[in-house]
Amino acid sequence: MSSATPTRVELDYAGSERLTMNMGPQHPSAHGVFRAVLTLEGETVIDVDAVIGYLHRCHEKLAETLTYAQYPSIASKTDYVAAMTSEFAYVRAAEMIGKIEVPQRAEYLRVLVSELQRVASHLLWLGTWCMDMGGALGGGATIFLYTIRERELILDLFESLVGARLLYGFFQVGGVRYDLPDGWAASCLETVDVLDGRISEYERMLEDNPFFMARAEGVGVISRELAEDVGISGPLLRGSGVAYDLRRAEPYSVYGDLDFVVPVESSGDCLARYRVRMVEFRESLKIVRQVLDTLPAGPVSSRPGLKSVAQTRIPKGEAYARIEGARGEVGCYLIADGSAKPYRMKWRGASFSNLAVLPHIIPGHKVSDIVAIMGSVDPVFGEVDR
Amino acid sequence: MPEWLLPVIAPFVVLNAIIGIVTYVTLLERKFAARMQSRIGPYRVGPHGLLQPIADAIKLMMKEDIVPTAADRPVYNLAPIVFLAPCMFIFATIPFAPGLGVADLNIGILFFLAISAMEIVGLFMAGWGSNNKYALLSAMRAVNQVISYDLPFIFSALTPVLLAGSLRLSDIAMAQEGLWFVFYPVLGQLAFVLFIVSTVAAENRAPFDILEAESELVAGFRVEYSGMKFALIQLGEYAHILGASFLGALLFLGAWSGPGPEWLGPVWFLIKAMCVFLLVTWVRWSFVRIRVDQILALSWKALLPMTLLLLLATAFVVVWRHSGVA
Amino acid sequence: MTSEHATTLIGERFGSAQVENGPPLTVTLPVDAWLPFAQFAKDELRCRYFSFLTAVDWKDQGLDVVLKIDNVDDNLSLIVKTRLEPGVSSCPSLTPLYRGANWMEREAYDMFGIVFEGHPDLRRILLTDDWEGHPLLKSYAVDTPHPPYR
Repeated sequence: MSSATPTRVELDYAGSERLTMNMGPQHPSAHGVFRAVLTLEGETVIDVDAVIGYLHRCHEKLAETLTYAQYPSIASKTDYVAAMTSEFAYVRAAEMIGKIEVPQRAEYLRVLVSELQRVASHLLWLGTWCMDMGGALGGGATIFLYTIRERELILDLFESLVGARLLYGFFQVGGVRYDLPDGWAASCLETVDVLDGRISEYERMLEDNPFFMARAEGVGVISRELAEDVGISGPLLRGSGVAYDLRRAEPYSVYGDLDFVVPVESSGDCLARYRVRMVEFRESLKIVRQVLDTLPAGPVSSRPGLKSVAQTRIPKGEAYARIEGARGEVGCYLIADGSAKPYRMKWRGASFSNLAVLPHIIPGHKVSDIVAIMGSVDPVFGEVDR
Repeated sequence: MPEWLLPVIAPFVVLNAIIGIVTYVTLLERKFAARMQSRIGPYRVGPHGLLQPIADAIKLMMKEDIVPTAADRPVYNLAPIVFLAPCMFIFATIPFAPGLGVADLNIGILFFLAISAMEIVGLFMAGWGSNNKYALLSAMRAVNQVISYDLPFIFSALTPVLLAGSLRLSDIAMAQEGLWFVFYPVLGQLAFVLFIVSTVAAENRAPFDILEAESELVAGFRVEYSGMKFALIQLGEYAHILGASFLGALLFLGAWSGPGPEWLGPVWFLIKAMCVFLLVTWVRWSFVRIRVDQILALSWKALLPMTLLLLLATAFVVVWRHSGVA
Repeated sequence: MTSEHATTLIGERFGSAQVENGPPLTVTLPVDAWLPFAQFAKDELRCRYFSFLTAVDWKDQGLDVVLKIDNVDDNLSLIVKTRLEPGVSSCPSLTPLYRGANWMEREAYDMFGIVFEGHPDLRRILLTDDWEGHPLLKSYAVDTPHPPYR
């Protein structure tokens, strides 16, 4: 993205000294391992070259060597902050090619954990974003600790459901792995009530704070045209005025039966992305309540127990399955050749496309704004680099 | 005790007391921040973490002292000292009780403000000498910010000076026997608020800590410092905040006046200074950092005109009251 | 813009294209129609949303380049494919048309060695600049070591 970037801003005082500064790969607000080679003129960024790939683990090659039963738990390592939704995309692609029936209860459970995951992921986003703006030694850390406290509640729920707190392996082709343990629904409802109250608390804490508004408003504007052109998705796209949510546009699983609102903001700045996510918090909690109310009885998987991991075979074919993850469109383009392993898998990470917008919007901003914009984009580098 | 010994002993006692207080002020801040963030804070070293600052100090002293190869060595090595010295000097003129201080100059507050602005030299030396781009940017920001905020800091501190009619700090404290200046109608409260805001900014504390800005500039001007040099910079920074807190308590909260016998005066003074310090800390842990251009705009467009107007208003009030009396 | 309408439009303009009804609508094209078709899809089918671009190695039958674009207003999804014959490793770049293609094409170059003609900045993106080989090709075996070790 060096010399040819069309968004390069030429400043008119020629002859002043320019400074090339590396932000990352080891940097407190890199959200992982990201390197931005900045060209600065004073505090203003005039050019940026984004370097990614430090966390590349050849997921796509790996998927060709693992069976359909093995890969879902690896898929959760792409977007490790919202692991449930990553698994969802992979198993859904396999089910689309194989036309595998998924029991209704399993579908509801999938939606339930996906929405809880979205809340958990947004909580981490809010905390880290505020920490980017406010610093680990300032007000940002205070919000970070609050959101982490709430995220723990959701991770506790996942732990009692799956036994793991970060990477789950909950989804499998044909259903989900575990049914809800006794009393889980009640404690889930309790958590949802707690979260509902806390989210209003954050809103009061942040929106009544003039410094927060000054940092977020009008910063990092993504126009609708740029948003579509680069292919950003999720809260970023909706913050730029495009009402596009896959749960609505292409209702997968049981989202068609559920009642929720898709928030849209038109200004396209950091504040718009913040507002979209704040509404999504509540909508996700609303979906969780609905799912718990209408959870049907029945089996949680249509697939019998396996004698070997290579037993699940998917017929020849290809499919592109996409779901609305916490960060946007998580897509899995799967080509099956009739064996127990996929022939090719392409992972469309939401963060990869979302991050690709950075070189287009950063030039012209101050150094301090970069971290605010980075945080509002909410990239997870496991998903960018795969 | 011979007369000539006093000027030697007094600074020695004050310096050591300050270092002791600063060490424990860090613990106070950590405990306070932890409470704000629904945590417990340091708890393991000693009862309720009371020995934590000592453990920290020992740790910092035992760390390896790393000097970057490309650093400008004389500047780099000198910077912590140049930074620390003015931060310690400011305590020279503070009277901790009537007659209890190193030097009660007749231009005490002028000395305090002048010396306190000197810290920028050490800051800039640290940023420049480290030969690090983060440090350099931070040093640039530091110069910007300190120059912008020392003016409102000084002007807001001048309001009590006008009210008391003296530059001598002990006189200002005496003048508040009847009425603490923070309770002086309208003027006192406005001056106090402006003083706190400009203290936060002039001390480079969040939300104005753009020169440290660890999410952008990692640690700013001290990114290349480790071990004892880092400890000196930290010590200087906290000493400076402590000094400003003492100044705030002296200018607005009546210094050592309080109920009880006279020997309790210094204790009252310390308690009031801690209150000012906690107020600053409270601000620090609740706001996000603001951007460099917004900080400068806030200073030049809002704080400076406001403090100037306030100073003008105070002068009018003082003149009016004096002529009324006369 | 319904999917039927799109199918007829594509049939009129690109006789050489094979269209499979979806969703998503899958269009297979010869390489020389790649850029004109993308232009047509962006302007006339209003598929302005760039979803992803990748490639598939079909061993001795060549490489497929796969593009996915959407029309988010009318909910029309399009998968466009073109086949690069064995030995051919160049394909017109879509970066001037879709800014999102920039990184995606760099990734396809990195992983498959496809040279996108007209790309402003075709470098490796995920692997290091001095990496040898293109890992997602089927000829790049996973179980044999590839020195130098990294």
